[in-house]
Amino acid sequence: MIDTIAQYPILAALIALVGLGILFGGLLGFAAEKFKVEGDPIVEQIDELLPQTQCGQCGFPGCKPYAESIANGDAINKCPPGGQTTINAIASLLDVPAPELDAEHGEEADLKTVAYIREDECIGCTKCIQACPVDAILGAAKLMHTVIADECTGCDLCVEPCPVDCIDMLPVEEGIKEWHWPAPVAPANLIASDRRATQ
Amino acid sequence: MKTWVTPGGVHPPENKHQSLTLPIGTLPLPEKLLIPLSQHIGAAATPCIEVGKKVLKGQVIAHATGPVSVPMHAPTSGTITAIEHRPIAHSSGMLAPCIEITSDGRDKWKKHEGIADYEHASPSTLLKAVADAGIAGMGGAGFPSAVKLNPGRQRPIHTLIVNATECEPYITADDSAIRERAAEIIEGIGILSQILGNPSNILIGIEDNKPEAIAALEPLVLDTGIRVASFPTKYPSGGEKQLIYILTGKEIPSGDLPADIGMVCVNIGTTYAIKRAIVNGEPLISRVTTMTGDACGINRNYDTLIGTPVSHMLAHSEFNEQACSRLVMGGPMMGFSLTSSDVPIVKTTNCILAPSYDEIPDDEPAQACIRCGMCAEACPVSLLPQQLFWYSQADDQERLEAHNLFDCIECGACSYVCPSNIPLVQHYRHSKGEIQKARAEKIRSDHARERFEFHQQRIEQADKDKEAKRAARREAAEQAKAKAKAAPDSAAAGGNPMGGSAADIIAAAQARAAAKQVSPEQQQAKFERSIAGAEMRVQMAEEKLATASDSSTDEQKNILNAAIEGAKQKLEQAKARLAEHVEQQNGEQVD
Repeated sequence: MIDTIAQYPILAALIALVGLGILFGGLLGFAAEKFKVEGDPIVEQIDELLPQTQCGQCGFPGCKPYAESIANGDAINKCPPGGQTTINAIASLLDVPAPELDAEHGEEADLKTVAYIREDECIGCTKCIQACPVDAILGAAKLMHTVIADECTGCDLCVEPCPVDCIDMLPVEEGIKEWHWPAPVAPANLIASDRRATQ
Repeated sequence: MKTWVTPGGVHPPENKHQSLTLPIGTLPLPEKLLIPLSQHIGAAATPCIEVGKKVLKGQVIAHATGPVSVPMHAPTSGTITAIEHRPIAHSSGMLAPCIEITSDGRDKWKKHEGIADYEHASPSTLLKAVADAGIAGMGGAGFPSAVKLNPGRQRPIHTLIVNATECEPYITADDSAIRERAAEIIEGIGILSQILGNPSNILIGIEDNKPEAIAALEPLVLDTGIRVASFPTKYPSGGEKQLIYILTGKEIPSGDLPADIGMVCVNIGTTYAIKRAIVNGEPLISRVTTMTGDACGINRNYDTLIGTPVSHMLAHSEFNEQACSRLVMGGPMMGFSLTSSDVPIVKTTNCILAPSYDEIPDDEPAQACIRCGMCAEACPVSLLPQQLFWYSQADDQERLEAHNLFDCIECGACSYVCPSNIPLVQHYRHSKGEIQKARAEKIRSDHARERFEFHQQRIEQADKDKEAKRAARREAAEQAKAKAKAAPDSAAAGGNPMGGSAADIIAAAQARAAAKQVSPEQQQAKFERSIAGAEMRVQMAEEKLATASDSSTDEQKNILNAAIEGAKQKLEQAKARLAEHVEQQNGEQVD
C-alpha cells in the first residue's frame, strides 16, 4: 500500500483530499441537523421592529402576518403607526433602501391616541370587545364597557363596529414625566463672511 | 493628601466673590408658599391635608409614595389655600401638582424634638428619621437620602465622601454654609457615618478656591478620622463620579452606583439637613440658596424656605428686570432658564442667577461643526462629543448608545468650549429623551404583542372547543340513531320482543330522574321561593284591585278577585308542600 502511494504521489493527495472532504461534509451535515434554526428568524426580527398596534392598516390581520409578508418580499412602507422610523429600521435590517410611507394605507399620526368609551352612551353590545386585538376592553353583554387605557394600542379597530358611535380616539396627554428636551435648532450653515454680512 | 486628576474639564470665570461679601441672610416671610409634590427623583408625594386646613411649621402635608419618595412638610404655619397644578421650576415650563400655603405670619413651629440619645440609636432608627424629615440630595439631583444611605448588607460601605466641591461658577451656597455652620456639618457627618456602619474612610472633598471654608473645617476634624481633601479647582469636579475619582482614583463602571464599589457620596448641604433632622427634629423645610448676578443689587446667600417664590427672593434683592438677560435656576453651566419668576424654590435649588446681558449674553447662532476636537478635550467623561453630535442629528440611537451617550453628565463643558456655539448638551439631552421614549415604546409594544398572541390563542381555543362540542353532539345523535335502527332489527330477529329495550328505557328514565333529584336543602329553598313568589302575586293583585276599584266595571273586579283567589290558593298549596317537605325531612333525620 505504502509502496503504491510512494510510487504514485498523486494518490496520497487524492486520499487526503477525499478524506478531508468526507470529514468536513459529515461535520457540516451533523451541524445542519444539530443546530437547525426553528422558524424564520428574519420574521421575528421584523416583528420586533413593528409597533404591535395590531391595527391591520397594512392589510394584514396583525403585525406578525405583515412581518411574514415582508420576509417574503412585500413592501416595507405599509405601516402608518410605525411611520418613517419603523420603515428606516426595517430598511437597515434588510439592507434595502427606505421608501416613503405608502399613503394608501394611511398617514403617520403625530399624536398617540387611546380609545375612550363614553360610558353613558354605551349599550353593552360587546362588539368592540370582540374587535379589540389586545383584549383591552372590559365589559359584558348589556353592561357598560370601558377601555383599559394602559393596554390600548390606539389601533382604531373598536371605533367602526360600535353601533352607537360612543368610542372616541383621544390623544394621549404628555405630562411632565413624559416630557423631554426638544431638539435645538439645527446649526445654520453660515460661513464667516455670511456672519459679517448679517451683523 | 494625594488626589487624582480627571480628564478634560474647563476653567470658566468663577464669579463667586459677589455673593460671599455678606453672611447668610433670611428673607421676610413670603405671603404664599408653593410646595411642589415632586421635588426629588422618584414618585411624587401624596397630599394628606385638605384645602382650608390650618398647618403648623414642620407639619407633614404630603406623605411619601412608595419606597423611593420623600414626604413634604409645611415650611411655615398658615392655611392650605390650594392643591392644584401650578407652574414649577422645570425646563418644560409645564404645570405640576403643588400645595399652596398662605402664611399666617406667626411662623409657629409644631412640637418637635430630636432623637435624644442619637449617638446610641440604631442605623434603622436614624434612617427612618432621615426619611421622615423628607431629605433628598441637595446637590441638585434630589435623590431620596434615606434610600442612598441604605445600600443593603450585600454592599458594605468603606468610604463616605462628602461633596463640598461646588465647582459651578457663581454658586456659593455650600461655601457659605461651611463657613457659618461647620460644627453642625461635622456633627451631621458623624451621624452619616453611624448610619453607614462607620466606614473606615471619611473624606470631605473641597476645591482649593474655598480657603475660608477649608480653614473652618480643619480645626473641627482633628481626631475625628475625617479628612479634608482639597484639590485644584476645575469644572466639573463636583460630579459624583468625578469627585470619587479625584479623591480615591477609583472609577465607577458605567451604569453602576458608587455603592457598588463600597462608596457613598453625599452633598454637604444634605449632611447639615440630616443633622437638623436627627438632633433638632426639624424636617427639611429650608435650604441655603445663592441669589446672584449683576441684575441684582444684593448678591448673597439666603436661608430660604422651600416653596418661596423666586419673585419674592428677587423683590428683596434689588432686582432690575430691564438689566436681566434671563433668569436661571442653578448655575450658568448646568442650570436652566425659568419661564416665569412665580415658580418656587425647591429642595434642590442651590442658586438663582439673574445675570445682566454683559454677563451672559443671548446665545449666538450655532454654526457648522468644524471638527476641531476641543469638545473631546474638555469632556470629563472622555466621550466623543462631536461624534455624539453627528449621531444625535441623524437620530442614530444605536450608535449614540454605542458611544455611551448615557454616561454624559450634561456638565456643559463641551458647549462651553465649542467655537461654533453648538448647543451640544441640548442635543444630548434631546437624544437621551428620544432613546428613553423609544425604550418605553419597545416595552409597550412587546407587551401588546404578548397580549395579541394570547388573544389569538384564546380565540383559537374557543373555536376548537366549540367545534369539539359540535362533533360530540353529532356523534351522540348518530349513535342514538343507530341504536334506534338496531332495536327494531333485534325485535325482528325474534326472541325477546320489546323486552331488553323496554327495560333499557325504564332504567334510563330512572337514571334521569335520579340525576334530576336535588338535595333536600335545595328543594326547601325552591319551595320557599315559590311561596315568596305566590305572596308577591297576591299582594300585586290586591294592589291592582285597590287602584282599580273606583274606575273599573264589576266584570273587571270579578276577574281581579278571581285572580287573588287563585293566587291565594297557590300560596296555600306552596305552604302545604313546604310543610310536607319539612316534615318528611325531619322524619328522615329521626330515622
